[in-house]
Amino acid sequence: MPAAVARWRSLVTPMLSRHLGLALGAFILLLLLSSQIGAYDDYNLAAVAIFAIATAGLNLLTGVNGQLSLGHGALMAVGAYSTSLMLRGHDLPLILVLLASLAAASLVGAVFGVAAARLRGPYLAGATLALAVGLPQIATRYSHVFGGEEGLTVPPPTAPGWLGADFPPERWLAWIAIAAALVTMVLLDNLLQSSVGRTFKAVRDHEAAAALAGINVARTQVIAFVISSACAGLAGSLFAYWAGLTAPAGFGVALSLQLVSAIVIGGLGSLSGAVWGSIVLVYVPALTSGMASSLKLPSAVGNNLPLLIYGAVLVVAMLVVPDGIDGGLRRLFALARARLAGATTNHKGVVDWDDPAGS
Amino acid sequence: MQRFFVLTLNGLTEGMIYAAMALALVLIWRATRVVNFAQGAMAMFTTYIALFALERGAPYWLAFIVALLSGFLLGAVVERVLVRPVESAPPLNVVILTLGVLLMLEALAPMLFGGQIRSFPAAFSIVGIRVGSLQVPFSAFDLFSLVSVLLLMALLLLLFQRTDLGLRMRAAAFNAEVARLLGVRVGRMLTLGWALASVAGALAGLLIAPSLLLYPTYMDQVLVFGFTGSILGGLDSPPGAVVGGLAMGFALSYVGGYLGSDLETVGALVILIAVLMVRPSGLLAWRAQRVV
Repeated sequence: MPAAVARWRSLVTPMLSRHLGLALGAFILLLLLSSQIGAYDDYNLAAVAIFAIATAGLNLLTGVNGQLSLGHGALMAVGAYSTSLMLRGHDLPLILVLLASLAAASLVGAVFGVAAARLRGPYLAGATLALAVGLPQIATRYSHVFGGEEGLTVPPPTAPGWLGADFPPERWLAWIAIAAALVTMVLLDNLLQSSVGRTFKAVRDHEAAAALAGINVARTQVIAFVISSACAGLAGSLFAYWAGLTAPAGFGVALSLQLVSAIVIGGLGSLSGAVWGSIVLVYVPALTSGMASSLKLPSAVGNNLPLLIYGAVLVVAMLVVPDGIDGGLRRLFALARARLAGATTNHKGVVDWDDPAGS
Repeated sequence: MQRFFVLTLNGLTEGMIYAAMALALVLIWRATRVVNFAQGAMAMFTTYIALFALERGAPYWLAFIVALLSGFLLGAVVERVLVRPVESAPPLNVVILTLGVLLMLEALAPMLFGGQIRSFPAAFSIVGIRVGSLQVPFSAFDLFSLVSVLLLMALLLLLFQRTDLGLRMRAAAFNAEVARLLGVRVGRMLTLGWALASVAGALAGLLIAPSLLLYPTYMDQVLVFGFTGSILGGLDSPPGAVVGGLAMGFALSYVGGYLGSDLETVGALVILIAVLMVRPSGLLAWRAQRVV
């Protein structure tokens, strides 16, 4: 069947195999790393991977497709509550729970995405912010289903027997989260390099021009919203396992705003930016609260120091590296390369399609 | 019927506060195309300053004026020092910057003033006015809130429509380049716009503090409802901000009163999205126009 072989060949492009190779390498590296560190660091590593899934999805929506969402925390809540409800009294396989939570969030995202496709800029921000404020309240209203303010507990995922009886559960969770994050990254990266990814960018850069080129703008925006919601749902599901508890307080406006701040600090529109942002999101508060408690400050100062530093990091980052960590690193590498080459390479005429304005 | 009356009055007083906050957001949006997420936290901070003055023995009105003045200064400083350098950056960057300012202020306030929940005095009685034998759920302080927000709006209207300064501010917001060519000091006008907006925010903070009590995050909710109010009315229209803020007040009051207080924000969300589906740029916006 030469046709089928040709089709298979065209699917496995050099790029895809390179991405798969990179992801596999990263997976092995991170597994080795997680085996060397303690439970607390495994816990943080899992958090980075979970946030990376959510921020990668958000970056696709906001950075690549140009739709600002201040409500992704609510979509994470949909995933987390789906997981908690499924696990109440049942012992379902992990992969099934993850996929079902992902589907639930995609469904909510599809409904909201249709509404969102009509809105632009701050109006979209306002509507999604209302989603972030309103949705967690449903959990308190229907407390017989969702457990009210106390929330629902989630049993930790059990490591398979062949890993040994005393295998730390934090490490197993970190492995699951890392695997999920890498699968998400490979899929999203392939999507971004495909024609679908190009329509996303076209709609972001110029809606009218995209429509003239035959792109269905509204449909493209809804698709982006659904994919992004799916990521949020998957992240929410893992978040429920990670926290061991799903309660409305964990999914307030603060979470949604943290996700947006992570993609801007990390770098808008790139997957590596999402990873950088997640690292900042997890490690800046972790490091500063450790620092604050070791300084033995008065409690009114010490308790609020991490928040103050996080706020200052946001402000300073916007003033110093407006294109995020990813953009800053790229400029640094470009500078280093130019120095090494020692030549005055002229880049004019070469258009960077990720940044056509050359800003 | 009586319940409806009570809820309407309640919606009116809360709606006026949301309207003041919405007005602050609209003024800043019109001047610099920024949604200032730190507006609520700035108002929280100035209300703490008022409390600080009160505790040092200052009379209420002096503390009131100190809060409004510090709001003016805080708005000007934030615009000039933090927002101006990122003016040309992508629009999301300024949003994140204002989020950073919000977090810093909410961390600084408990460091400087103590983190415990404090009560804040009202200028007038907060007990309902008596009309004959009937006690109306509308206090002297509610009346004062209503009048002071209306007064602020009238003053702003006068400034923008009737004075030379207001004209220059409008010109700077409308088209900075052309205004600059005509000799308007655009930068100063933007700073002034932020400063005036922050006075409106500070007023909202002072008026809602007696009923919400004072703690570092007490204005978050007011900011969210003020923002949704300004979206509802249309971000480019100051009258729209007032209409939107009042509409939020009424909507929250009716939904809370008839359907249960735990559905308040869900109800407000549904109304907001329903309105935006019909009018994607808010109630009082001109014909929705997109830049091609």
